[in-house]
Amino acid sequence: MDLLNNLAVGFSTSLSPINLWYAFMGAALGTLIGVLPGLGPIATIAMLLPSMYALEPTSALIMLAGIYYGAQYGGSTTAILINVPGEASSVVTALDGNQMARNGRAGTALATAALGSFFAGTVGTLVVAAFAPPLTKLAFQFGAPEYCSLMFLGLVGAVVLASGSLVKALAMVVLGLLLGQINTDVITAQPRYSFGITELMDGLNFVAIAMGVFSFGEIIANLGKPAEHRSVVARKLTGLWPSKKDFRDAAPAVGRGTVLGCVLGILPGAGPMLASFTSYAVEKKVSRHPEEFGKGAIQGVAAPEAANNAGAQTSFIPMLTLGIPTSAVMALMVGAMVIMGIQPGPQVMTNNPALFWGLITSMWVGNLMLVVLNLPLIGIWVKLLTVPYRFLFPAIMAFCAIGCYTLGNNNFEVYCAALFAVVGFALLKLGFEPAPLILGFVLGPLMEENLRRALLLSNGDWSVFVTQPISASMLAISVVMIVAIALPAIKAKRNEAFKDGE
Amino acid sequence: MTIRSQRDFLAGLFLVIVGGAFAIGATQYNFGIASRPGPGYFPLGLGLILTVLGLIVLATSLVREIEGGDPVGSIPWRPLICIAGALVFFGFALPRVGFVISFPLMIVFTAMAGDEFRWKEAIFNAVLLTAFSYGVFVAGLKLTIPLWPA
Repeated sequence: MDLLNNLAVGFSTSLSPINLWYAFMGAALGTLIGVLPGLGPIATIAMLLPSMYALEPTSALIMLAGIYYGAQYGGSTTAILINVPGEASSVVTALDGNQMARNGRAGTALATAALGSFFAGTVGTLVVAAFAPPLTKLAFQFGAPEYCSLMFLGLVGAVVLASGSLVKALAMVVLGLLLGQINTDVITAQPRYSFGITELMDGLNFVAIAMGVFSFGEIIANLGKPAEHRSVVARKLTGLWPSKKDFRDAAPAVGRGTVLGCVLGILPGAGPMLASFTSYAVEKKVSRHPEEFGKGAIQGVAAPEAANNAGAQTSFIPMLTLGIPTSAVMALMVGAMVIMGIQPGPQVMTNNPALFWGLITSMWVGNLMLVVLNLPLIGIWVKLLTVPYRFLFPAIMAFCAIGCYTLGNNNFEVYCAALFAVVGFALLKLGFEPAPLILGFVLGPLMEENLRRALLLSNGDWSVFVTQPISASMLAISVVMIVAIALPAIKAKRNEAFKDGE
Repeated sequence: MTIRSQRDFLAGLFLVIVGGAFAIGATQYNFGIASRPGPGYFPLGLGLILTVLGLIVLATSLVREIEGGDPVGSIPWRPLICIAGALVFFGFALPRVGFVISFPLMIVFTAMAGDEFRWKEAIFNAVLLTAFSYGVFVAGLKLTIPLWPA
């Protein structure tokens, strides 16, 4: 069977000692940094990216994937223990998870999250392995208009899911696209917005932007708050293992969360976050005791955790098959591939099967590592939270700064990061969410190239986007998403969901 | 006309200025024609879209009522200057005096951003992080970083 063959190829790559080591390192680092408040997977990957250029591409991507899962899991740990979700997709976990911790069931909540995530991760990996090849075949039929519409869909997804004002999220996407225009035009080789600065002709470096906006901007905003708002207190952990009854309660919720996560994760822009929100709502609907939700219902931890992990897994599908990032994290992964000389897209599977399948199987390995690593180490992660912020932020800065310099062995990127630190802070102050910006930035040049190519081929006829069936259906989905979010009923729900999270 | 939301007013202004600047800049590049879009085609369109979005945000800031005027709040100058300044310093000093001198200095500058700054702690942190980073980045990953004054 093809699937088994492919998985065998993958496992022979991902189970090699060196790659196992990188998967382990990635998962460990990801968790370590994920539990630190204010550092989600985006900032983590941005920070560690430069130090990975020295690695072999397969190992580097495996490590990155490990960091991604690790950070995701680490985010849930802090959500449960101290009610600080490390990132957007663990916001709902905090609702019931933290209540469980208050009821002295922190260990149970953490174990449920870990085991639920592992199960969902296993299923998610199989789904990716099964669906990536047929989707890759479909991808070969993608021409310029299709790519353009797909990217449009991805950007719409990012806007719809950003918290706060829709117009402002839209503006962030456009600003990101514009920043992506600072480069040398691919078709005419005309340098744009470079003001005669040689470095700018190659475009801004997305790592410098991501670090500036996500890490440094956050630090400045954090330091602007009074110290007591920053401090975090760890609680005592009692009883790690869930009881038989807990298992019975959690298992069906994990199953439902997994299915939802697998399906929703594939949608561009949506990914794990939408999956976790939806699965929480579903659990509340199907439960015979909806009144327990918000007071420490184990289903309220199990389902969203399973969903966000399954979603994290399947959100790799568009990235692997089309080379189109569907979230900021994926954008960083695509950027990493490009820098390492791999052009992401459907051809990766045929040209570089070891990398492709190695990455897919390493997702499972990464998940396994997480369980192995985290169940015994939960106590230590909690201790880590007691490191005072005044020691923490210089460390974050230091690693970022050195990483920035090594991007091109050039201090230009460091200056860029400094500039974007100020910009990132200003954006936070003005109520903009930076995640859509980075997605727009990465997609900008790609989108422009495909748009112009599509217009060139169609002789300037814009209708090509709606007459091609694949392109038309993607635009239709985008329109449905925009309309849906604008409807008053859903708008109220969306606001409620984000409010719950804060 | 009164500003109902200070935050949105400034946000809108920011978008209009940035969008407008990109759009004006784009006019220097060949726009091309629809069937043969030039290098100015995409940025001009995007710049105009951003300007329009900025105008929408501006307009809502004047119309929609928000409790308390939604002020932007005070700007934390100290962290802002220390963080950005430390980076600029590091970028300037690293190629000139090397990692061993510029790195710990940057960490101390960074630490000054906090309101709980103490010399002893900052220096301890700087020494620890420099040793650790040397081990990881220079000895471990063998990255090319200038170590001493050139």
